[in-house]
Amino acid sequence: MAFINLQNVTYKYPLIKTPVLQDINLQIDEGEFVAVIGPNGAGKSTLCYTLAGFVPHFFKGEISGSVEVAGMESSKSTLDEWILNVGLAFQNPFNQISGAKYTVFEEIAFGLENIGTPREEIKSRVQEALKLTGILDLADRSPYSLSGGQQQRVALTSILVMQPRLLVLDEPTSQMDPIGTREVFGVIRKMAEGGMTVVMVEHKVEWIAQFADRVIALKDGSIFLEGKPHEVLTSDALAENGFGISRYTSTARQAKKQGLWKKDRLPVTLDEAVEGFALTLPSPEGRGQSR
Amino acid sequence: MKIEIKDLRFTYPTGLEALRGVSLSLETGEQVAIVGQNGAGKTTLVRHFNGLLKPTSGSVSIGDWDVTKYAVAKLASRVGYVFQNPDEQLFSRDVITEVTFGPHNLGYPREKVDELVERALSLTELNDKTETNPYDLSPTWRKMVALASVIAMDTPIVILDEPTTGQDAVNVARIAHVIAELRQEGKTVITITHDIDFCAENFERVIALAQGKVLLDGPAAEVLGQEEILAQTYVDPPQLTRLGKRLGFKEIVRNQEEFLNVIARSGR
Repeated sequence: MAFINLQNVTYKYPLIKTPVLQDINLQIDEGEFVAVIGPNGAGKSTLCYTLAGFVPHFFKGEISGSVEVAGMESSKSTLDEWILNVGLAFQNPFNQISGAKYTVFEEIAFGLENIGTPREEIKSRVQEALKLTGILDLADRSPYSLSGGQQQRVALTSILVMQPRLLVLDEPTSQMDPIGTREVFGVIRKMAEGGMTVVMVEHKVEWIAQFADRVIALKDGSIFLEGKPHEVLTSDALAENGFGISRYTSTARQAKKQGLWKKDRLPVTLDEAVEGFALTLPSPEGRGQSR
Repeated sequence: MKIEIKDLRFTYPTGLEALRGVSLSLETGEQVAIVGQNGAGKTTLVRHFNGLLKPTSGSVSIGDWDVTKYAVAKLASRVGYVFQNPDEQLFSRDVITEVTFGPHNLGYPREKVDELVERALSLTELNDKTETNPYDLSPTWRKMVALASVIAMDTPIVILDEPTTGQDAVNVARIAHVIAELRQEGKTVITITHDIDFCAENFERVIALAQGKVLLDGPAAEVLGQEEILAQTYVDPPQLTRLGKRLGFKEIVRNQEEFLNVIARSGR
């Protein structure tokens, strides 16, 4: 039995005529790191809300098909059962900060306090989580005095500290600096290796290719492509349908047309691109000299 | 319209020293990207240009105006600022009202207001959403509404704070197109971004900030090639720049065209 099992899931928000998710079938194993990509309006956030129980328990609307996560069935359980197993980091961190806490430390402790975790344990877990995401130096700042990217790290940390079995992340690095983004991907990979299941909406395909186990490409509420990151991210159909692709892939695809890319397989990551283009170039001394 | 910043320092009431002596001059019609680590002071810096923040010491002038002597409402005629988070900016019940508010408020004649609104809506491809409440749109479209409502003000200086955040490839291309249009019109565009590939492809000048100071400032190709220095402020060079470097290119390439030219010349 898969850890996440969605069968023929179709969902409509209240007052909106067209379904945002259409006949989604999806199985994810425990400890898998799955990235979700897709154009704006593809249903990515709604899929996150569904996995986190917000659809339908919070947003209401009409849902059909079955949603099972961590042995819970959506139609037979309540949101407060779900939150013990599933953590969701919102797309906009401003929407997630509680507004009830004065410091980052307290903000991150908020969830644990709410489920009645003993005081000493809260302290050590918050400390540990702050270290993990590299924001120990922000502990005493007000969550509202932080920059967008820092706030995003706080939002992520406040979910990680709960140690959910399923971590759902909706563009968790959208406001982060580039190297910070890579670090966060590394942290999330580590969580997945520790057995946490991760579903992450992201546009940054270079890092998806390096860190995720599987990619799901959504379009118009349906699964458009699904598979190993490399396969999905280099597919011609992706580029032709408004999905973001890596510059390495698009450049190699163009180079191939001009006979300047010699391999069958297109690259997604820097290493793959270096390896492939090296075949086109003469020995290192001659490169880039002719002007 | 020139922006002149002299030894700008800013300390938040909490004691946080966000800017520690920034001096820059931005010429009329320049397209400038500001990059740097989260918390480097990027947003704090640009919020001085339209008077949302006032210098703790040092000075900022917009054309012949010293920002400390003019109200935000007045500065709005010279500097348009698109917030990082559209939810901090939008307040109207429908898109058309939102986009009309700025130019109307600046006192332009009615025909000019209509013309500016029309142009802003078509540039951002919001024409079919004019009657929609911005909060019924997805966050990504709300960002386009925020952008439209500022470009409709026709200010000589436009600031975009992380315009591509959360946008798909199609919308990023749309934003790049808007920036190109503004360049054509001779406007100064200052953009904060973490999307370094977008930065390399759309801006001539790049300023890297680190811990409240200018770390690098110069032509994009020069700045974005400085891998070790950029790492100090948590920025990677663009993908193709990194690739060129790894392949041993002698020159710094910024985009696909430049990259393929080098490959074509030296390929076997």
